[in-house]
Amino acid sequence: MAETVLMKGNEVIGEAAIIAGCRYYFAYPITPQNEIPAYMALRLPRIGGTFLQAESELAAINMVFGASAAGARVMTSSASPGISLKQEGISYLSGAELPAVVVNMVRGGPGLGNIAGSQGDYFQATRGGGHGDYRTIVLAPASVQELADLTVEAFDLADQYRMVVVLLGDGYLGQMSESLKLPEPSGKEFDKSSWALTGASGRAPHIVYSLRLSPEPALEEVNLRLQAKYREIEKNEVRFDTYRSKDAEYLLVGFGTSARICKAAVNILRREGIKAGLFRPITLWPFPSLAIERAAGSIKKVLAVEMNAGQMLEDIRLALWTSTSSSRNVVIDFCGRTGGMIPDVDEIVERVRNYEK
Amino acid sequence: MYEGIIFAGFGGQGIILSGKLICIAAMREGKNVSHIPSYGAEMRGGTANCSVVISDEEIASPLIRQPSICVVMNKPSLFKFEESVQAGGLLIYNTSLIDLKPSRDDIRAVPVQANDLAQEEGNVRSANMIALGLLLRLKPELAALDSVISALDEAVSARNRSLNIINTKSLKRGFSLS
Repeated sequence: MAETVLMKGNEVIGEAAIIAGCRYYFAYPITPQNEIPAYMALRLPRIGGTFLQAESELAAINMVFGASAAGARVMTSSASPGISLKQEGISYLSGAELPAVVVNMVRGGPGLGNIAGSQGDYFQATRGGGHGDYRTIVLAPASVQELADLTVEAFDLADQYRMVVVLLGDGYLGQMSESLKLPEPSGKEFDKSSWALTGASGRAPHIVYSLRLSPEPALEEVNLRLQAKYREIEKNEVRFDTYRSKDAEYLLVGFGTSARICKAAVNILRREGIKAGLFRPITLWPFPSLAIERAAGSIKKVLAVEMNAGQMLEDIRLALWTSTSSSRNVVIDFCGRTGGMIPDVDEIVERVRNYEK
Repeated sequence: MYEGIIFAGFGGQGIILSGKLICIAAMREGKNVSHIPSYGAEMRGGTANCSVVISDEEIASPLIRQPSICVVMNKPSLFKFEESVQAGGLLIYNTSLIDLKPSRDDIRAVPVQANDLAQEEGNVRSANMIALGLLLRLKPELAALDSVISALDEAVSARNRSLNIINTKSLKRGFSLS
C-alpha cells in the first residue's frame, strides 16, 4: 500500500499522469495551474519523457494532436482563457477520434477574469466548447485524492473511447494540499496498432483525418459513429457519489469544490435534525441524470450549489423536468457565487433551514 | 477535534511553511489535513496567509470562513483576520511587530514576541517557529512537538534545510512559553 503523502493538487495531477504512463506534456503557462507545467518540466526529462512549453495554447493543443496521432499518452493543461484558445484543437481531436487528456483548473471569468477558483466553465466543458457535434467526457474531482485517481482514469477512458477527456478542477483544488495515497497504474492496455501513425514500413499507411469532403455521406457516417459511441458512454460511464442522501428530504447537488462546501452544510444540518443529503456528479458529461432522478423521488426540495450563475442547474432541470416519475415536480432551488467567490456554508445552511419553516 | 487555522503575515515570514509543517506532522499522526495558501497577485512584502484544517474526521470543506485559531505575525494581518476568529477561539499575535492589543474580548488572545525570541535563538527568520511552538503548547491535540520537528526535513526546501537546527530550537523555545 502506498504511503500517505501531503501534496498540492496541481502537482498531484502531474504525478498521476506520469503514473498513468503519460510521457508527453505540452502547455502554455497560466495561473492557477502553473504547478502542473513546473512539475512536468522537472519530472518528464528525468524519465525519458518530453516536456515542451509551447509558444501558445494553440501550438500546445496541436502538439497534443501530433503525439496522440502517433499513439502516445499525452496531456495538456490550462485554466479557463487558455482552454478557450484550445477549443479548436479539441474539436479537431474529437473529429479525428484521437485520445487526449485536457486539464482545466478553472478560474474566474468571463474574459481574462481573475485567478481565483471558479466553476464558470461547466457549459464550455460539457457542451463541447468547440465547433461541431462532439462530446468530451468530463470528470469533476472534489479532493486531491480524487484528482490523482481521476487523472489515471482519464487516460484509460481517453484510450478506450479514442476521445478527449476533460479533467475539470478549479483554482482552489489546484492550490490545495491534502493527504493522499498515490494511485497505482491501472494496468489496462489499449491496442492502437490499427490506427496510430507509427511508420508504415511493411503495412498500408494509416491516415488520421479531420477533414472529410467526399464522398458525401462520409462525414455523417463519422458523426453517426461518434454519436453511437456517446450513447454507449452515457450507458456505461456515469459516475456519481452520494452522502447521507438515503432518507434525505432536502438534496444538495454540487460538484468539485462546491460539493465539499455542501458536505460541510449537510453535516451541520444533520446535527440539527434536518434531513439533508448530498448528490455529487463525478462525470459532468455523461451527467448522472437517471441517478439524480431516482435520488430526487422522495425529496421535498433540491438545492443546486455552484461557483457559477447556475450551469449544472440546467442539467438538473433537464433530468428532473423530463422525468415521468414524481421527481418532475420537485422544486429546484439554486445558490451560487461567481467571479471566483465561494458559496458560504452558513448561507447554504440558512437556506435549507428556511425550507423547514 | 476539528480546528480551522489561519496563519497570516507578510511574504517571507514563512507563513505558508508554518501551515505545511503542521499539516505534515498531523498527517503522520494519522489526522486528516488540508492546506490552502492565499495565491493572489502576491509579492514580497505583501500579505500572505494560509488556511489549514486539522481534524480527526474526514474534512468536509477545506475552506475556512471563521477560524477557530488564528496566528498573526504582523499588523495588517491582525486587522484583516481578528474579526473573523470564532467566539471562544484562539488568537496568537506577534508583539515584535504588532504594537497594539486585539480589541475582541470574546476570544483568547495570546501575545508572543516572536521576532525577538527568534533572534535570541539565532535567526529572526525563525519567528514563525516560535509562534508555531507556542501554538503546539496551547493546542497539543493538533500535533506533538516531536512530530513537527521530524516534519521539518520534508517541509523545508533543500536550500533552507541548514536552518533547521535554529528552527528546532525556536519550536522548542515557543513550546516552553506559557
